[in-house]
Amino acid sequence: MNKSQLQVEAIHNGTVIDHIPAGQGIKILQLFGLVQTHEKITVGLNLPSKALGAKDIIKVENTRLTAAQANQLALFAPDATVNLIEDFEVVEKLQLQLPEQVEGVFSCPNSNCISHNEPVSSKFRVRAVSGQVRFRCNYCEKSFHRDLMAV
Amino acid sequence: MANPLYQKHVISISDFTRAELELVIDTAVMLKTHPRPELLKHKVVASCFFEASTRTRLSFETAVHRLGGAVIGFSDSGSTSLAKKGETLADSVRIISSYSDAFVMRHPQEGAARLAAEYSSVPVINAGDGSNQHPTQTLLDLFTIYETQGTLQGLTVAFVGDLKYGRTVHSLTQALSLFGCKFYFIAPQALAMPDYLCDELTEKGINFEFRDSMEEVMDELDILYMTRVQKERFDETEYVHVASKYVLTPQVLENAKDSLKVLHPLPRIDEITVDVDDTPYAYYFEQAENGVYARQALLALVLNESL
Ligand SMILES: [Zn+2]
Repeated sequence: MNKSQLQVEAIHNGTVIDHIPAGQGIKILQLFGLVQTHEKITVGLNLPSKALGAKDIIKVENTRLTAAQANQLALFAPDATVNLIEDFEVVEKLQLQLPEQVEGVFSCPNSNCISHNEPVSSKFRVRAVSGQVRFRCNYCEKSFHRDLMAV
Repeated sequence: MANPLYQKHVISISDFTRAELELVIDTAVMLKTHPRPELLKHKVVASCFFEASTRTRLSFETAVHRLGGAVIGFSDSGSTSLAKKGETLADSVRIISSYSDAFVMRHPQEGAARLAAEYSSVPVINAGDGSNQHPTQTLLDLFTIYETQGTLQGLTVAFVGDLKYGRTVHSLTQALSLFGCKFYFIAPQALAMPDYLCDELTEKGINFEFRDSMEEVMDELDILYMTRVQKERFDETEYVHVASKYVLTPQVLENAKDSLKVLHPLPRIDEITVDVDDTPYAYYFEQAENGVYARQALLALVLNESL
């Protein structure tokens, strides 16, 4: 067992999302509505990490992250690992893949985009351009860097 | 056989395939030489300009009339009750499209036409949505280039002026990149072609180069596409310095090929001196006239299974 795992209590059954870039943990909790599950959640923020310098970690009891959720996670934390736990053992590691589309998650950074004043949910095509994730708005057709995307 | 544009929305030039662009151009050629005043008989076209754009609107409405169709609509949403009543665009589109066979719209916000297409029961034709797309401008540019050169394949085209904000330039480079053209981009540093568009061209393997002056490439050009450098983008002394470099005079055209044509989306202010108008290279007024044929072609194709 490594040092950072020791800092957060092990779980019996559920999901461990590890190697989240520091600062993204809270956003991810909100994004997946994990707080509303009433399950026990352990969150570690700004834990030391060899690869990232600092990282966040989330452990949710009795909840399995779906593959679709794991793909959404890739938008915020492309290098995160998702382990499904049964009886204190890792039974499955979910692969993160960028989704082709995200709908209703971000609002368009272009303030003159029609999506802001109309009864539609935002839609973006997701593309990786030389290692960088780009979001192209379905409506205004503008492309945005991930850092510009507000939830 | 149904044409591939029948009952299709026309939102963005990037939605067109090469074959579809060629179909519009061929149809424009056909309608320019052989008018067909019955192609939109009994059709009603809504021409809704949520933002004023007189020339584009008149060009569309002329196109409808020349094909025997009827026009309903408005020239500026300020003059309608729509804005005052605070109705969403989505609801306006649902209603207006129920009155008409095609919906031509201009709107100040980006993405308005794409959104309208989700709610319209008839084909939506984008006549400009904010700084985003203006596909019929590109279609008329392509038609004009084809008309003057007899082909779109393998041409050398220089774009001059404001390449950063010029959406006509962005769309036209995207469209011409389907035909293996070579581009020169000639612009002040502050108004250079955006990186993301250059990246797209690189990805597609398009040959393009940045140059400082028109003179150094003039003898290679088939098309010289001028745009306006707006004074507002510079402080005054800087503008005087910048502007002179991007003004076209007959002297600049000295080494041009005989077949070179100068295009401009208009209105021009002072970036093409009036004495260029009398040279055989000037083609911008014919280009504006061609807008009517290009729009006739598009409307005819969208509303007729076969011509
Ligand atoms: Zn947008």
